[in-house]
Amino acid sequence: MYEGVVQDLIDELGRLPGVGPKSAQRIAFHVLQADPADVRRLAAALTEVKEKVRFCAVCGNVAQEEHCRICADPRRDAAVICVVEEPKDVVAIERTREFRGRYHVLGGAISPIEGVGPEDLRIRELLARLADGAVTELILATDPNLEGEATATYLARMVKAMGLKVTRLASGLPVGGDLEYADEVTLGRAFEGRRLLDV
Amino acid sequence: MTHNRGVSLYRDDGIVLRTQKLGEADRIITLLTRTHGRVRAVARGVRRTKSKFGARLEPFGHVDIQFFSRGSELVGRSLPLCTQVETLAPFGGILVHDYDRWTAGTAMLETAERFADHEGEPAVQQYLLLVGALRTLAAGEHRAHGVLDAFLLRSLAVNGYAPSFDACARCGLPGPNRFFSVQGGGAVCGDCKPAGCAVPSPETMRLLGALLTGDWSTADAAEPRHCREGSGLVAAYLQWHLERGIRSLKYLEK
Ligand SMILES: [Zn+2]
Ligand SMILES: [Zn+2]
Repeated sequence: MYEGVVQDLIDELGRLPGVGPKSAQRIAFHVLQADPADVRRLAAALTEVKEKVRFCAVCGNVAQEEHCRICADPRRDAAVICVVEEPKDVVAIERTREFRGRYHVLGGAISPIEGVGPEDLRIRELLARLADGAVTELILATDPNLEGEATATYLARMVKAMGLKVTRLASGLPVGGDLEYADEVTLGRAFEGRRLLDV
Repeated sequence: MTHNRGVSLYRDDGIVLRTQKLGEADRIITLLTRTHGRVRAVARGVRRTKSKFGARLEPFGHVDIQFFSRGSELVGRSLPLCTQVETLAPFGGILVHDYDRWTAGTAMLETAERFADHEGEPAVQQYLLLVGALRTLAAGEHRAHGVLDAFLLRSLAVNGYAPSFDACARCGLPGPNRFFSVQGGGAVCGDCKPAGCAVPSPETMRLLGALLTGDWSTADAAEPRHCREGSGLVAAYLQWHLERGIRSLKYLEK
């Protein structure tokens, strides 16, 4: 244990995803030794992101306005919605330039063991978007791991009665990975070869 | 197990119970193994989509696995590494396409982890129960919640908490007995019944007895309302014997 403010910083850093106690300590001491201007810039960036960035009222992606850039763009095809777990998956798919529709960000995947159920995700918001019948295809691009698959299974069953085309990214993506790590070529190919889901 | 200059290699069969993200691309894998009980190990690079390991080390995976440990014991100060993994049965890939079976299976994994609460301590009966239950669930011959309840009841039994659904759990009066007491050990007679007993229907008691003993012809013939009532009693009984509740049970669809 360190004294006062140093320990506070280590504790705060340690609460970040993927940062263990050792890494938290390493980052804290890096900050201590860093140039004050660099640290001020980091602190400002942290505050600013919280003040200026919010989540799109329609799709849940990160946005600087009420709507994100994609939802606000009239050239994007409103008839196709691609469902992803996190905003970073939107970035990964945008990089492929394969997709011209819109997104829906769930905010995670169903994980009973972690206490995350369907009600904890933006599923109700998705159903609301589908209600008026303007959407004809739903692409389920949740992570190619079990929780992502199970979430896709749940969604496919949920919207079954609505009679729209429900597809899942092709199995070119190896199971077990995170979508964000897929390279553009693989992810693009997975988009092209998406298959119809039948539940 | 082989030893070499302070490092050891262990090989075991196991079921992947849960995975957690670690750092940028790694995961901590929790397994229930045949000979070492519950084991946590680090799998490097598995979240990169190019990793072949990743798919094998997903929850429900039944694997033949090799661990590399820096100390002289598998469960020691630092987590061992997964160095080789071969799939014995990919239960997850089957269960995930049926939401009911997947949620039932998830509750099994969480329960197995809870009962095998001492890392490195063999829990071979629990392990065999889990493998058998997942195989049955994947085969899809019986309803998912029935397979789950059977697994929960037998897990209680192998851990020394077998409930009775026939003779009185207090005085041994031969059954059938009308009352069911979570605290009293299951079926109880009119003389022994403590306050706050449930009075389930006789069919429900018969169903639960069948699930505990593996009498599937009786269990499969049960009516939905008795299945629901039975699942409620099993969940209550399980929660009573485990300190914290099983989270996944909340997400089963009724
Ligand atoms: Zn948006
Ligand atoms: Zn009695």
